[in-house]
Amino acid sequence: MHSIGNGLHEFFVAWVENEWGIYVMRKKECIAMILAGGQGSRLGNLTRKIAKPAVPFGGKYRIIDFPLSNCHNSGIDTVGVLTQYRPLALHSYIGIGSPWDLDRRDGGVYVLPPYAQEGGAEWYKGTADAIYQNLNFIDMINPNYVLVLSGDHIYNMDYSLMLDHHKKQKAEATISVIEVPWHETSRFGIMNTDEQGRITEFVEKPKEAKSNLASMGIYIFNWRLLRKSLEDDRKNALSSHDFGKDIIPKLLMDGHRLYSYYFKGYWKDVGTVESFWEANMDLLADEPELDLYNPNWRVYSVNPTRPPHYIGATAKVTRSLVSEGCSILGEVEHSVIFPGVHIEEGAIIKDSIVMPYVTIGRDAQIYRGIIGRKSLIEEGALIGSINHEGICVIEENIVIPSDAEILENHMISKQKQVG
Amino acid sequence: MQNVMGIINLNLGQDVLKELTMGRPLAALPFGGRYRLIDFILSNMVNSGMQNVGILVQDKYRALMDHLRSGKEWDLARKRDGLFILPPSPNPCSSGGSRGSVENFYNNLDYIESSRQEYMLITGSHIVCNLNYRKAFKFHKDMNADITILYKEYDAEDELELSQYTFLDCQPDGRISDMGSQSSRTASRKVSMEMYLIEKRLLVELIKDCQARGGWDFVKDVLIKNVDKLKMFGYSYKGYAARIDSIKNYYRHNMDLLRPEKWEELFFKSGLVYTKVKDEAPVKYKENARVFNTMIANGCIIEGRVENSILFRGVKVHKGAYIKDSIIMQKCEIAENAIIENVICDKNVCITRGKWLKGEKSYPLVVSKGTIV
Repeated sequence: MHSIGNGLHEFFVAWVENEWGIYVMRKKECIAMILAGGQGSRLGNLTRKIAKPAVPFGGKYRIIDFPLSNCHNSGIDTVGVLTQYRPLALHSYIGIGSPWDLDRRDGGVYVLPPYAQEGGAEWYKGTADAIYQNLNFIDMINPNYVLVLSGDHIYNMDYSLMLDHHKKQKAEATISVIEVPWHETSRFGIMNTDEQGRITEFVEKPKEAKSNLASMGIYIFNWRLLRKSLEDDRKNALSSHDFGKDIIPKLLMDGHRLYSYYFKGYWKDVGTVESFWEANMDLLADEPELDLYNPNWRVYSVNPTRPPHYIGATAKVTRSLVSEGCSILGEVEHSVIFPGVHIEEGAIIKDSIVMPYVTIGRDAQIYRGIIGRKSLIEEGALIGSINHEGICVIEENIVIPSDAEILENHMISKQKQVG
Repeated sequence: MQNVMGIINLNLGQDVLKELTMGRPLAALPFGGRYRLIDFILSNMVNSGMQNVGILVQDKYRALMDHLRSGKEWDLARKRDGLFILPPSPNPCSSGGSRGSVENFYNNLDYIESSRQEYMLITGSHIVCNLNYRKAFKFHKDMNADITILYKEYDAEDELELSQYTFLDCQPDGRISDMGSQSSRTASRKVSMEMYLIEKRLLVELIKDCQARGGWDFVKDVLIKNVDKLKMFGYSYKGYAARIDSIKNYYRHNMDLLRPEKWEELFFKSGLVYTKVKDEAPVKYKENARVFNTMIANGCIIEGRVENSILFRGVKVHKGAYIKDSIIMQKCEIAENAIIENVICDKNVCITRGKWLKGEKSYPLVVSKGTIV
């Protein structure tokens, strides 16, 4: 081997070989692993048939568009998506990744559901276990760094800046943090750091927090360290195989260099119906914190192939988002309307989220409602109430008959259809 | 229809839209809020099951290539067949450039002859419709026709710009007995849509023959001269067809889309219309937005008043601005308190604060690309 010239030597270092020992791929500095297997049971009806990352958001997107677009915009072109719960919609949505420019010759998107091996099949038992079961995938790419992301957060973030920070601090792992209001600290994993930003302590949902820097569930690990700690964690029978609960505390205990990366901007975990609704409504502010119109930071999604929407002579639309293929003849106020929605004359939609291909009949009224895909709200039906705070969630493909009056906090699904 | 290859001939009516077609071929003219004219023909072909489409381009085709790229959006990025741009290769014998569609065909005969398909569908790009070619193709085969010409029959009261059209005289079975432009001999209201079905073998023969005799116009020298010799049939298309051949018609047919039945027919009837994806966010309506009878594409931000208009992707309408009966193309900005009526703004136009622009419905004012008013 000593006869190999310098050029060739560099070639072998910079390329990755496949299982037959053929050099196939330029070496990647950093890859992303998106955890997209969770059910999101607190979203109730919205995730009965699809995984949380596939839930529609913001008038044309699905939640997973945000981390995928962030990857593309940050220059990360190799992304593993770990799926488990109800993956069909998610798999068919991601496809070969072209909408996010992730249909690459070297790298691109890899959908990674659980699989069977010699010893039998097993499910992903936690966030860390999901990555552990795909060590062979990361080994194949053999990057320097692994970025671990959640598939259910809404934010625009440049991961390359976080990676720069990680390298500058000579950290072994970096955790992205955001300031949260002090009274909400008990809902988050809270980081205590020294002046240099090195993490000294990590407390999950503290009663009395010493800091208001919350973990965003975004981690960069040096690949060698991550590999070793996942293997150790696997052997630990007492572990719940979770990054926040097990991996991070263990690394801290062993004295590794863990740093925080301070993120300033909009970030929201849309884990509950309320936070999902709020995050949608946040987009309706005159100058929303989350900018969807930045030509240098597009949020990409699968295109529905629909014509521009039509606003009729009898319509009134204010403080709202409306997408392609809709025809709107009624009144829409402070609402998010997805592609292909028909709203007939006299209907009133207020503070609501109307998902794709819903039809809303004449004089129907919807207040603080979330209407699932392809549902039909018949003429004159009433959903929600102008006087109540609660949110009504109607599942996909439901018919709400014209005499129905559904008040606050109801979750309407096929089993308990009204009428 | 897998046995039919499409040829879109951009040699027709290039400069009829003045400012709007100065820097782009007619096929790349924006239409209907987020499309370009060629999207409709391409989508029709793909939705009919065709998967090999060649485009005979003439000049100024950069805008078109930028739009089409690999053809992926129309599902025409294929291992075999798919989308091909056929540029005019200058013939050393001719005096530079291409003179007519026949020469353009002739220069690309290699590609046409080597295709797998036995039949050809030849069209222009100036007609906007949502049309499935399957029925016309069946008609072509059932009639055992040499050439089938799709036509649209207009009512007596429809305004026609006679000079540019080719009229057909058809016998009851559809056989074409005569054809020509502005015929005083007949009162035919059957206007050719410049869409032809023909067997490839015959087309190649006709083109070679025509070229050898010095002819260069496909309609006059290939079709009209052979009306007696070949079995030509007319196939009547009954649906909506918008012919874009003047600024007035361009304006009128865009406005047609504000009628829900036309919107529905053009965008949904026999298939969806595909176009280049721009990944724009949904339209944002702010507090002071007042919008009536208007079609709006994604990426717009609306704070002002808009009536009876078409807004393309990424238009910004500021507070107090008032847009009426107008077509505003991609990325235009209408500043505060500006008022525009009966205006066509090409891409990237900016109408500054407080300006007042007004055209006539029969003669809309055109603001050319990138102008700041």
